[in-house]
Amino acid sequence: MTKQEERVDVVIIGSGASGAAAAWSLAETRMKILCLEQGEWTKPHEYPSTTRDWEARHFTEFSISPNRRARKTDYPINERNSPIAIANFNGVGGGTILYNAHFPRFHPSDFRVRSLDGVADDWPIDYETLEPYYDENDRMMGVSGLAGDPAYPPKLELMKPVPLGKTGQALGEGFNELGWHWWPSDAAVATEPYDGRAQCINLSACTSGCAQGAKASTDITYWPHAIRAGVELRTRARVSQILVDDNDMATGVVYFDEDGIERFQPAEVVMLACNGVGTPRVLLNSTSSRFPDGLANRSGLVGKNLMFHPYASIQGIFDRPLDGSHGPGVCIWSQEFYETDLSRGYVRGFTYEINRGRGPVATAYTGVFSGRIPWGEDHHQHYRRMVQRMTGMVAICEDLPEESNTVTIDDELVDSDGVPCPKIDYTLSENSRKMLDFSVERATEVLKAAGAYDILTEAPIAGGGWHLMGTARMGNDPDKSVVNEWGRSHDVKNLFVIDGSLFVTSAGVNPTRTIGALALYVADSMKQRLANLFD
Amino acid sequence: MNDKIIATEKLDAQLRSTLSALMDTMIPANEGFNAPSAGTDDIVNDVEQSMQGNALALLSEMLTRLNDQSAARFEDLDATARWQAFSELQRTDAHALRTLGSVVLQCYYRNDQVLESLGMEARSPFPLGNEVEQGDWSLLDPVKARGSFYREV
Repeated sequence: MTKQEERVDVVIIGSGASGAAAAWSLAETRMKILCLEQGEWTKPHEYPSTTRDWEARHFTEFSISPNRRARKTDYPINERNSPIAIANFNGVGGGTILYNAHFPRFHPSDFRVRSLDGVADDWPIDYETLEPYYDENDRMMGVSGLAGDPAYPPKLELMKPVPLGKTGQALGEGFNELGWHWWPSDAAVATEPYDGRAQCINLSACTSGCAQGAKASTDITYWPHAIRAGVELRTRARVSQILVDDNDMATGVVYFDEDGIERFQPAEVVMLACNGVGTPRVLLNSTSSRFPDGLANRSGLVGKNLMFHPYASIQGIFDRPLDGSHGPGVCIWSQEFYETDLSRGYVRGFTYEINRGRGPVATAYTGVFSGRIPWGEDHHQHYRRMVQRMTGMVAICEDLPEESNTVTIDDELVDSDGVPCPKIDYTLSENSRKMLDFSVERATEVLKAAGAYDILTEAPIAGGGWHLMGTARMGNDPDKSVVNEWGRSHDVKNLFVIDGSLFVTSAGVNPTRTIGALALYVADSMKQRLANLFD
Repeated sequence: MNDKIIATEKLDAQLRSTLSALMDTMIPANEGFNAPSAGTDDIVNDVEQSMQGNALALLSEMLTRLNDQSAARFEDLDATARWQAFSELQRTDAHALRTLGSVVLQCYYRNDQVLESLGMEARSPFPLGNEVEQGDWSLLDPVKARGSFYREV
């Protein structure tokens, strides 16, 4: 029998970039706010960088792949019909625990893709609407960067940029030789003490969690403030479905606690913050006589228009030592090819994100499995030609929405609580393929200009489904969108979506800064309408 | 290495000897670089402890096949014959050997002596961290000179 919990005003499902931001923002209303998180808190001493086997643990218990990580708090995903595998983290902080903290904003043009380039759709909001929320999110997360990037409108500067190092210097020289744009990356990394957090000490391990606490994951940014303000965060609480009444209003959520006991949490408002795969999973699992095709899905668009960012990896081997893996992962970026130029053979564009190098184990993997480092007597000599001499970039390509790219519910796969799991069907578009090829060619030119004598490429990066977007898109037309221009479901007037599912288009940049800003914008929109929120 | 989980499963002594010889063939010692063989006890122990359960069972099966494919046990062959047997294993047992190769690399390149031979500190990244130079910010001058180019809406 399902146990009934005490009613709350707002239940937020998920504690990552969007759930944390919305919880903090709504706390000032003094409403009773509860966040349900299926994972747990991660203690700083548990992160791989605290142990000697830090590189190996990046591939196992702290893998970005939920299927490989396979913790009880994860849910498996059928991704066999996708050339790009899902990356996520299920725990307090969500994906920000393992992200690289690249923190670009969208550009004004990213909200007007249809108007400017005749593809996809315009967003129902624009850059100016979101700008104050970008600023607020930046202050809460703590952003480092250098003011004056010519690829952007002016924006808030909070902390000095991450160091160039030998890597940024080499690549900067390469871009300069070609006359192409580059700039220090905006990073959600504290380069000086910030809001009680210590500054970055170049641990090399952002993507397996920051033991120093310099990287802005929401467990150490928003959550301490939100909890202090009265929000309850309940971990090991996995939501299986949202229930509705005969008036198409959500009545609350059903979840499984740590012991597998099913509970019902009544709520006046339900907010989904589970990312572009987790959110459609909950909605599609929430079927009823009122919503036989899944909750809030009268448009038929829940789970459709899944966008990743197809990534290309272009790495060079140099004849001189660089930084190895030392540093925050973030370094510099280039937006030389960000905007549409149809002479390149595709529409829209991409950002180059220059990372650092690789650790000793990752260098060995790359060298041996690409055939550059042999087994046997010559192993050492060839290894020493690569170790601390590799660096390069990824191209993060704008992915356009297509209804055939979907998240659905798998017929057989279930998680440890028996809740049906997602299935991904995704095809790389011809436009993306051409953009990836172009990005590899131009990056090769940069790396050679910077002094690289050997180039390694992978496009798309098979394990690179870091960004999950578009599966409950926002819009003004209920037939063409799942939620309205401030995140409220067209069909269920006390149900909100606040994560990357909202995205109408993906832009050619990492989404987390925009996800946080959007969540603050939705929360603020709710606060402004509290008296008539459900009208 | 520290911070290791103590393994409860081990190869039998003979197969462990085969594993050591195989790892020595994959990454032999190099005096010039002061680099140890991957077949040294510490590294073999680390590999054994890193391949528990099904992985260790599959390794055991592969080592048995390696011994069966030659007239003598692998560790009793001379260097030339070992290399031939290893090359044959790469052809016939590629998947299992790739799995072993991953673990060998993972354990070899976190070994204290190996890291010291590379001029690296044998420690975890935290809490000491690493130094990264700021670099020459004047490199941005030509980028600044170009001026703003974001697309107006």
